Amino acid sequence: MCIERGEIFGLVGPNGCGKTTLTNAITGFYPPQRGRILLNGRDITGLAPHYVATLGVARTFQNLALFNGMSVLDNILLGRHIHMKPSVGRTALYWWLARSDETLNRAAVEDVIDFLQLEGVRDELVDGIPIGLKKRVELARALAAEPSFLILDEPMAGMNQEEKEYMARFILDARDERNVTVLLIEHHMDVITGICDRMLALNYGEMIGSGVPADVVADPRVVEAYIGGAHVAR
Amino acid sequence: MSRAEPALAWNFETDTTLIRVLAQNAAGFPDRVAMREKDKGIWKQTTWQQLLEIVLCCAAGLEELDFKAGDVMLVLGDNRPRLYAGMLAAGALGGYAMPAFPDATLDEIRHFVHEAGARFALAEDQEQVDKILDLREQGATIEHIIYDDPRGLAAYANPGLISWDTLQAKGAELVIRNPNLRNELIARAQPEGPAVFVHSSGSTGKPKGVVLSHRNLLAGVRNAYRGGAFQFGESILAYLPMAWVGDFAVTMGAGIALHFTINIPERQETVLQNLREIAPTFYLAAPRSWDNLLTTIQVRMEDSSWLKKLVYKFFMALAISVEKRKLEGRQPTLKQRLLSPIGEWLVYGPIKDQFGLTRLRGAFTGGEAMGEDTFVFYRALGIKLRQLYGQTETSAYNAIQDLNEVRLHTVGRPLPGVDIRISDAGEILVRSGSVFSGYFKQDEATRESLEDGWLHTGDAGYVETDGHLVVLGRLSDVVHTAKGERYIPNYIENRLKFSPYIKDAAVLGSGRDTLSAIICIDKEAVGLWAELRGISYISYADLSQKPQVIALIAAAVKHVNSALPHGLQLRKFVCLHKEFDADDGEITRTRKIRRNVVEERYKPIIDAIYGHQNTVLMKAKVSYESGEVGVIERTLSVQEA
Repeated sequence: MCIERGEIFGLVGPNGCGKTTLTNAITGFYPPQRGRILLNGRDITGLAPHYVATLGVARTFQNLALFNGMSVLDNILLGRHIHMKPSVGRTALYWWLARSDETLNRAAVEDVIDFLQLEGVRDELVDGIPIGLKKRVELARALAAEPSFLILDEPMAGMNQEEKEYMARFILDARDERNVTVLLIEHHMDVITGICDRMLALNYGEMIGSGVPADVVADPRVVEAYIGGAHVAR
Repeated sequence: MSRAEPALAWNFETDTTLIRVLAQNAAGFPDRVAMREKDKGIWKQTTWQQLLEIVLCCAAGLEELDFKAGDVMLVLGDNRPRLYAGMLAAGALGGYAMPAFPDATLDEIRHFVHEAGARFALAEDQEQVDKILDLREQGATIEHIIYDDPRGLAAYANPGLISWDTLQAKGAELVIRNPNLRNELIARAQPEGPAVFVHSSGSTGKPKGVVLSHRNLLAGVRNAYRGGAFQFGESILAYLPMAWVGDFAVTMGAGIALHFTINIPERQETVLQNLREIAPTFYLAAPRSWDNLLTTIQVRMEDSSWLKKLVYKFFMALAISVEKRKLEGRQPTLKQRLLSPIGEWLVYGPIKDQFGLTRLRGAFTGGEAMGEDTFVFYRALGIKLRQLYGQTETSAYNAIQDLNEVRLHTVGRPLPGVDIRISDAGEILVRSGSVFSGYFKQDEATRESLEDGWLHTGDAGYVETDGHLVVLGRLSDVVHTAKGERYIPNYIENRLKFSPYIKDAAVLGSGRDTLSAIICIDKEAVGLWAELRGISYISYADLSQKPQVIALIAAAVKHVNSALPHGLQLRKFVCLHKEFDADDGEITRTRKIRRNVVEERYKPIIDAIYGHQNTVLMKAKVSYESGEVGVIERTLSVQEA
């Protein structure tokens, strides 16, 4: 499996086929038992998650992982942690050493807020906003890290059609305007075929089809594994 | 801050143009803030000097694209500084800036663009650019599309697409290269030239294009200033749709002439937050917006602790009773006077602070009638809410209520410089410097509405003996009694419905000697009222005929009668045994009454009212939600009001 720079790469497969496992292996949450993971030609197999993050890898989670009790703004600001250099000394001398840093980080976050049109909920607690917006805040937090490679784990789960269209638009814009390569894990086939350049179908850890979405979804093996052995229209 | 440096400010001259006044501001106070825009979380400021520079560069850039006097530029988007600047630039070149509602359908916009032959378009973002490209595919004449926010547009290769930044940079180059161009651009537009091209609201028939000249707009601002609507240097929030004349007349007209600080919200969704941050001194909103704000306040109070609720209820009741006494012309009692400052400190002040209403000097509502409860609530808080009456055709300003002489049913006296008279048909006619010179390419419509400088507003109304103007509604809704008295049923019905106990009403009297009403009580409100007084009832129909309830409604009817001319007072009414229901066809889904259905179905009631009976037996078919149809028999009492 290989994802080209600047690509939106779709990953599909039935539940439990290993999509999230793959994500966790890439981000270093746990090392793979076999195989290697290369990022820009560099072997990152088994590196610690925080180190992988500094190499420009960011992700969102299938089940939301936002910090309740904190505002949308603070949640997104957390995505900046890899760009922050906190220390007791600097913080103590805030006006002199840390303020300019803080301003820069806040500006970067405001950029993302503007990008994802989250101005209206900037100061709201994340607990109180609808699920569609929470997903968007997760994406914002990932983008705030200024990643070069972004992994989206089912960003459209539980969304209605309009929210899905918005999210698809944002993903395309992120690729075009923020030069992010995207690995998109998604169950909505219309989204995958609509915005992905290439895709891969998994079944119990086995790659059963890869290439241009239109070809992959027409592959009988993929239809069998994914949609469940339906009649294949040829 | 107000009336500062009068020598440098606009001197109420209407023989000038917006761009000339803008240049005057830039020379008089170059570093004062003209616009603030919240962008990426921070309020960014543009001074008068900078604003003039932006407008001039845009104008030079537009001219380079062959924008000539008489050209039309469609403006599509939410309030943005650059869209305002683009409108000013088009006006400076003698062209028509034509804003359209950003959520208007393609069909509507196509009609405007086609009629005007627009060659230029100024769009806020990708969404609006896409619409304009669609229009072009369908044959619209738009050649050049200028866009503000470049996001998502990088890959567009459509011809004629140009970003604002490019346009402004091009223009800046021209302005630098040719030193005479600045002054020439400032002087070029003429007072009779178009300042803006808006469409009349179109509540009757298709919207018509209305071109307002610089002179019209400035005359309107002068009249409104002299009538006390605003002062120099107000701070405003520019959030109203740009396609509505009220926005251009306040934000650009008064905003430039009286050098306001024009604050532009971050997005439409953040208007309430931005309102709080800015705390404007002048605020114009539709009655519906004031209602929504009131609901927000009440809902938030319901969510708070019991102690806060208790304090809120006590002091609001106090303030409302004080305000009602004032409106009746009576002084507050000693106890009320002692308690009011505490209320201000505990309740009124904090609420105003929460919603950014602390600095408000000019609070206005317009467009339609406002409910008494809403009106009194804000006045009780200490917000001097007033009505403004105007049309697109008169640059928005005709009449306003006086600060100290507010009566609910009038819109106040005509502004200085505005003549108002009532035609024989009962129509309000307006003559003023702010009245436009004709509809765009619709000579016939122009001839119909403009006679010897008098504008036929299409509104029915009358002037009270003390000079206050009463607007009844659209002339086309007018009905005559047998004695020839004119009235608009809708006007009286709305006033009845301002009572919380009346849900719906149908006013009768067409071709009869006197007026009367069929009234549907509000089940929730009257039910609660009855419970609190220990009046037991078994059903809506039962409740509606309780003598105490009828007395309650009679009081509400009397209250409405007190503000009506003698010949138009309601003489009798009947409380209906059921609510008007869209399933029964008595009202539309949007709760507008279907008069013919009501008059046919309730003919026995109407006959009883005008046949001087005291009761009427009503048999009615009722459609249940299950689809079954039943029959109800009820004796209803006919009541003298």
